Order: sequence, then C-alpha cells, then structure tokens
Amino acid sequence: MATTITKTDTLVGKRIRRREDPRLITGTATYVDDIQMPGMHHACILRSPHGSARIRSINTRPALDRPGVVAVFTGSDIKGVGPVPCGASLPGLRVPAHSVLASDRVYFVGHPVAVVVATDRYVAADALDLIEVDYEPLPAVTDPEKAIAPGAPAVHPEWPDNVAFTYHQEGGDPEKAFQEAEVVVKQRIISQRLIPTAMETRGVVAEYRHAEKNLTLYSSTQIPHLLRTLVAQMLGLAENHLRVVTPEVGGGFGSKLNVYAEEALMGFVAMKIRKPIKWIESRRENFQCTIHGRGHVDYYEVAARRDGTVLGLRLKLIQDLGAYHQLLTPAIPTLSVLMMPGLYKFRNVSADIVGVFTNCVPTDAYRGAGRPEATHGIERMMDVLAAELKMDPAELRLKNFIGNDEFPYQTATGLSYDSGNYAEPLKKALDLVDYHNFRTEQRQAKAAGKLLGIGISTYGEICAFGPSPATPAGGWESATVKIEPTGKVTVMTGASPHGQGEETTFAQIAADELGVPLDDIIVVHGDTAVVQYGIGTFGSRGTAVGGPAVYYALQELKAKIKKFGEMLLDSTDVTLAGGQCVDNRTGKSVSLAQIAGASYRAMKLPPNTEPGMVATYFWEPPNFAFPFGAHIVVSQVDRDTGQVEIQRYVAIDDCGNIINPLLVDGQVHGGVVQGLGQALYEQAVYDDNGQLITGELMDYAIPKANMVPWIESSHTTTPSPVNPLGVKGVGEAGTIGCSPAVVNSVVDALSHLGVRHIDMPLTPEKLWNLVHQGGQA
Amino acid sequence: MKRKITLNINGKSYSHEVEPRLLLIHYLRETAGLTGPHIGCETSICGACTVALDGKAVKSCTLFAVQADGREVTTIEGLATDGQLHPVQEAFWNEHALQCGFCTPGMIMTAKQLLERDPQPTEEDIRHGLEGNLCRCTGYQHIVNAVKAAAAKAGA
Repeated sequence: MATTITKTDTLVGKRIRRREDPRLITGTATYVDDIQMPGMHHACILRSPHGSARIRSINTRPALDRPGVVAVFTGSDIKGVGPVPCGASLPGLRVPAHSVLASDRVYFVGHPVAVVVATDRYVAADALDLIEVDYEPLPAVTDPEKAIAPGAPAVHPEWPDNVAFTYHQEGGDPEKAFQEAEVVVKQRIISQRLIPTAMETRGVVAEYRHAEKNLTLYSSTQIPHLLRTLVAQMLGLAENHLRVVTPEVGGGFGSKLNVYAEEALMGFVAMKIRKPIKWIESRRENFQCTIHGRGHVDYYEVAARRDGTVLGLRLKLIQDLGAYHQLLTPAIPTLSVLMMPGLYKFRNVSADIVGVFTNCVPTDAYRGAGRPEATHGIERMMDVLAAELKMDPAELRLKNFIGNDEFPYQTATGLSYDSGNYAEPLKKALDLVDYHNFRTEQRQAKAAGKLLGIGISTYGEICAFGPSPATPAGGWESATVKIEPTGKVTVMTGASPHGQGEETTFAQIAADELGVPLDDIIVVHGDTAVVQYGIGTFGSRGTAVGGPAVYYALQELKAKIKKFGEMLLDSTDVTLAGGQCVDNRTGKSVSLAQIAGASYRAMKLPPNTEPGMVATYFWEPPNFAFPFGAHIVVSQVDRDTGQVEIQRYVAIDDCGNIINPLLVDGQVHGGVVQGLGQALYEQAVYDDNGQLITGELMDYAIPKANMVPWIESSHTTTPSPVNPLGVKGVGEAGTIGCSPAVVNSVVDALSHLGVRHIDMPLTPEKLWNLVHQGGQA
Repeated sequence: MKRKITLNINGKSYSHEVEPRLLLIHYLRETAGLTGPHIGCETSICGACTVALDGKAVKSCTLFAVQADGREVTTIEGLATDGQLHPVQEAFWNEHALQCGFCTPGMIMTAKQLLERDPQPTEEDIRHGLEGNLCRCTGYQHIVNAVKAAAAKAGA
C-alpha cells in the first residue's frame, strides 16, 4: 500500500551542502537591486557634507529643471512621515526627534537632506549636484569622551551635556569586595567604532497600488515583519496594506536589523509619484549612513585575592551613540553589562554606562552587539590580573570558572546561564597548541630576539534572543508547516535568514521528524504576505529560537497525521516512521501523501479533527542560551615592520547540539575573521569636524583572503536545556571569542617590554612604536 | 552622444546604443538583464562585479560599456554549460564556500581565472589570487577549500 520512499538515515547532525546555493552560484538569485519593474524610477539622496550645520536654505529648482527629474523632496515635504523609531527604552532616555529628512539642521556627515527622483539612475545622481543648500557649519564633536567634557559643542542644542542616558546596575556588594581585595587591577580599554560592511549595501524598491492602497516594500532587511509594523506607523498606513518582501539579502551582521529613514522615504515617494521607485545605497553612503558598531571607552577594575580568586568587577562604560538612536542603539551597551562577568564567579559587580551623543552616524547592533565589547574587556582584564599576580593566564581562568555542577548558574548581573562545561574547551585548545611546550619554545624564541606570544580567550555569550519580557519587540519565533495534498512539505519560518542556511537546517529537522526525503521539503521566509508574523534573524537566534518553533509545529502536525493514519488503517496502534503510518499489528501502512490527500479530500475525518494538514506554532523561549568556548592565538610581531603574523588560530566552540557541522564551521570562520578585522585592521575614523576619514573600502580595511590565518576549529558539545533541539546559537561566537585572544597574544609577545595593554586595531605603526620605544607608545 | 556597441556575452550577440559614460556593470545588469554580477563598492575594491573580458577577469564597475565594444564577455550566468555546473561552481557548493552569496559570482569568476593560470595553486597562491575579491561572511577558509577541491578534481 505504501509508495513513499522510506528514509532510514537521519539528517540532523550531517554535513549537508546547502539547498540555497544553486541559485547563488549560478547568478540567478534576486537581490533588491536585481528587481526591475515597468515604469520604475530611481532615487538618489543628497546628504550632509558637514558634521554639524544649520540649513539656511535649499534651492531644488535647478535639479527639477534637469530633464528626466520628476520630483525632489526635502524636509518640508515629509512633515506627515513619522520619526525613525527607537525601539529601546531606558529610564530617562533622551530621544532626539529623528525625521526621515533633515529640515533646519544636520547632525552628522551623511544625514539625508533631500531625495531626487528621476527616470534614470544616472540622471538622479547628476541632479544631486544641482541642488543648492546653504549651510552654516557649526562646531562638531566626534569623540565621546571629549563630548562629555565641559565646553564641548552640543550635538543637540537642547541637551548641552551630550548625555543621552546614564544607567547603573549592581549585584552583590562590590564596595566590600574592593575594600577586602588583596589586589586591584585597573585598565582603560577601547572597543573602537566599526563599520559592519555587508557586501550588499542597503536598498529599497517600493511599489504603490493606488486603487487598493497597497504598498509593497522590497528591502534588504533582517526583520521584515517588524519593519512592516514600524514603517506602516511612520507612513500612517494600515499595517495590512503594507507588504514587506526581503529578497536575497547580501549580508547583514546586525546592520540590517533596523528601520531606516530610507525605507519609509521610498514608501512615501512611491505613494507620491505612483510609480515604482528604487534606491540603492552606494558604498560611501553605506559607510556614512548605515549604523556602525561598538564605540566603547571602558574603564575596568578587578578586585582579587593574591591566590587569583576573583572577588569584584567594576566597569565605567562610555558608549558613543552617534547623533540619533536607531532601533536598538541605547540598548546595546546594556548587553555588555549583562555579559561582563564572562565565565567567572564574580559575585560582586557594578557598572555605570554613560550614553553619549556625538556628530557621527548612530551605533547599533553589529555582530555580537555588546558582547564582543564585554568579552574583550573581561578577557583582557583576566590577562592583566594574571600579569599582576605573575600567574599563568590559563591557570587563572581554570581557577575562577563556574563549575559544571553549578548550572543553571545565577550571575551577579541577573542572568541564568543554562548549561556549561567551561574547562573542557580550554583544555582541548591548550592540548591542541601544546601549551606547556610552547612556553619553553617561547622562552627560547624571546632569548633569540623573536617577539612570540600566545593569547587565550575563554568567552561566553548570551544568545538566542530571547525571552519576550527581556526584548524590546517580542523574543519568540514562529513557524508554519504545511503538508500539501500530494505530501510535499512547506516550512514557513518567521525568522528571516540571509546566508545562515536555514533553508537547509530547517529542512533537515522536518525531514527527520516526518521521515521524508529532503527534496520533498521547501523552506519559505521573508515575505509578510506569505509568512505568518515573525521576529527575524539576529542575536544568534535563527536556529536556537526559530528551530524549536519548527520542531513544535511538526509535533502538532505529527499528532494529526497519526489520527488520520489510525482512521485510514482502522487501527489504534499506529506508528509514524519513515514517511508513513504503519499499523503495528498488521504491518499495513499508508504514506504521508495518502494521509495528506485524505485530510484535504475530507471524505471522512477522525473525531474532533479539522480537514487539512497545517500547523502553526509561536515558540516563546523560557531563557536565553549561553554558548561558550576557548580561542587560542599564537602570534609573532615583526620587530622591523610591526606586522602581526598569526601562526596558530585554534577555536573550540560549544554551541550545544549541531544540526549541520558544515554550516557551523562556516559561521565560526566568518565570525572569527570579523573579530580579526577588529583586532588587527578595522577602525571607523572621524576627524574633529565630523568627516568620516575611513569613508571607502580603500581606507577601511576589512580582511582580505591573504590577511587571515587558517582557523583550526573544533567543538565540545553541551546541549542547552532551554529548547528541545539542545542548540545554543553560533552566529556571533567567533566574533565574540576572537579579539581578546589576538590582543592577549600580542601583549604576551611584548610583555618583556612592560606592555600590559594595547588598544585595537593592532596596526603595525602602533606595534612598531611600542617595540622601538621600549614599550611606550 | 550615444554610441552603438556590439558585444558577445556568454556566447550571444548583444547590440545597443549606449551613453559613453555607462558602466559595463550597469550595461550587463540593466540593459542585458544579467544580474549575476553584483555591485559592492563601485571602486574596484570588492570584486563582486568580476566578469571575464576576452577571457581575463576584470572588474566591470570601473570599465565603460563602450570599452567592451567588439569583445567577448563571460558572466557567472555563462559558466554552467548544458545544465552542468562548472567545476568551480560545484566545488563552491560542496565546500560551503558561500553564505549570503553576494560576493560569490565575482569570487567564482576570479577563482576560475586563478586556476586557468595556475592549475595547482598552494594555499598561499589561492589567498593571494583572491585578494581582489572581498567576502564578509565566510572568513575565506571554505573558499580556499573550494579552490583546492576544484584544482584536485581537474588534476585527477
């Protein structure tokens, strides 16, 4: 009776090549800029060349006179469009009015001032040069510490101190811990401003159907549903008349976890001109106007006993916010505070954040979002403490780790770490680099004048965002699983993957649960007209929150399948396996296709059962998940050039159970290399007037193939008890673990010169100066 | 002002009147409808727009379409023949050498050229050969693996 191919092998845990790839390797995928529509117009945006200036007047006439230009809109035209939203709330938070186009004043270089609409991309660009704006330049401030010093120019005149908020969090008794400490170490540590640099810049296509009052936005975003809710509000549009589609998204890393002025602006333009409109961000705009990441100046203090037991931790965190709050801007440094104790038993902690306005583009979530900064801080401080105590940095870490029997572990910052075995990845990494013998080798190398060092980072991270009460917009994720009448399976996920590979991993989960071949399943995402409401992909949540939603939808469906199987086989003893229901008494079976067909044909229904074979599940996670791991770097500094050569990079990550090891390796490698970018190469530099000096890829050094080492990556596996898949999330782990391992290795290489700390990026110039000036920069 | 150009793209002849300032990448993507090559930086740094011009990998964002007049262009769309993926495409798929896929068409075109010049490259050769193509997702390691795998298959 059964005709379905029986699938015996399970797919979860296998290195399966991605189902996304055929369209991507043949150049047939559709990104936003690939969309063409009849009558489509093109928009270009005029942006402020000043860090701070008053706008005296704007003359758009010469641009309008250019043949091919159909409209120019300025701040006075968009009064009806609501402000760019800030989704984060903190007590006393100052929120500047953030309109989609500037009206009387500009606050950062790149601030949008006018939008030109033309029949042709080139004409629109030409017309930008014809708009006359009379600016009165004003003093700007771009350094957050200078911005809070007395007498600094005010970014927003109404708040002359440039302070957007202060935030205090405390746990235990830090005062007492520092009083009783036998040793206290202090260090100022910078996590510099970075530019996310997704290879695809942002872009929007908007199409308005006037008769139906339906607006469709195609946007390169990580959060289609949230974008729809918020842009509908900005435009005063009923939410059910706005459809957001995310075509292929060419990388996000947090920079597309946002609602940008241009997204509402293109909706506004499409509604005005009643023609489809396309805006594609240039790379220069991407650097000037898409959010940046990091931007911390941190002052750390660690209290400890002479034997290395850590007692207390203090942090003063100065966050460069930029000129405005984007979606999550002020919330990001609070994640640093949550994560600041790392993997160690700090029972007494105190943190103070000062959020500072500067005349720069806003900072927001960039891969890791607050946790790389925290990890860099604590992992550097552990080495600073080890140096002070003349203790081995590995030994110091092992001494202070939270023990395996202490989970779930309540941190002094209010988190509950789900599961962990922190010593295991460290021991594995130490074995891989042959740590003991390395120290001997290092002594010999240093005696021979070589600057050889080793650096350890044992990181933890908070991910799988997250329980809804702890997130600004809901932290659940949704899935719908449908079995069509012919037995083919469609999984619709509210997470909106963009390179992570969930079209493959979610199909693996469904294939195993239903016992059907992978080819019978498709995974759909990123279209609000097709997919039920969802949250999106960010914060290492795609698999860790989206995956369980798929799993639970499948469980509901399996129960229904079984009911139909029992009815069709006229049995109460039926097992669902291998894509069919089998009567355990007679051995007779019905295939999934037969069952699905019967459920839609509905000639007969099981008791209390509706027709059809569809289940939707919204999964609310009970907690975050907490991956961890150990990264070790062996590096050598060239005495003559100051260049860092990374000789070994060992990454042992524990992200719980692994659904597809091939994809996990890819996430770790990519994450590590973004961390290396921060450690060695990247820095967004503004001059004192607010000009972004690193405004192109020529000046902002993201790693190239020849600038990164071979990464030796492996895993330990500590399943998370938070979700039924036991997964923890891995998208940001590499980035979070990387930078302190690199810096610790270079500081170790130069330690005999008295070097205790070096701020990133570790440029050759910085290191050469240290080497040649006896450890003084 | 417009000038007539005729070029052969992926074995097919195209002829259009174009503005002299029209960039080759815009001609390919918007006039010829070949959206495989992408625009990532407009300044020849990122390599997402890489195509082969008379068999040599070039960055089509800093060439004018008129410079390609009378010449042969191969884009990513022209790589697979008779439904069979090019070995470099196949290797990128097998080795998980892409994530978001935006740099991939350019990366594959460069990798193909690299192997044509040097069929058995070392890891260092591969990394050096791919310097002109940026990827923000993969950390390059799986790309290096893919190029090695394609070389091994060709050499087998």
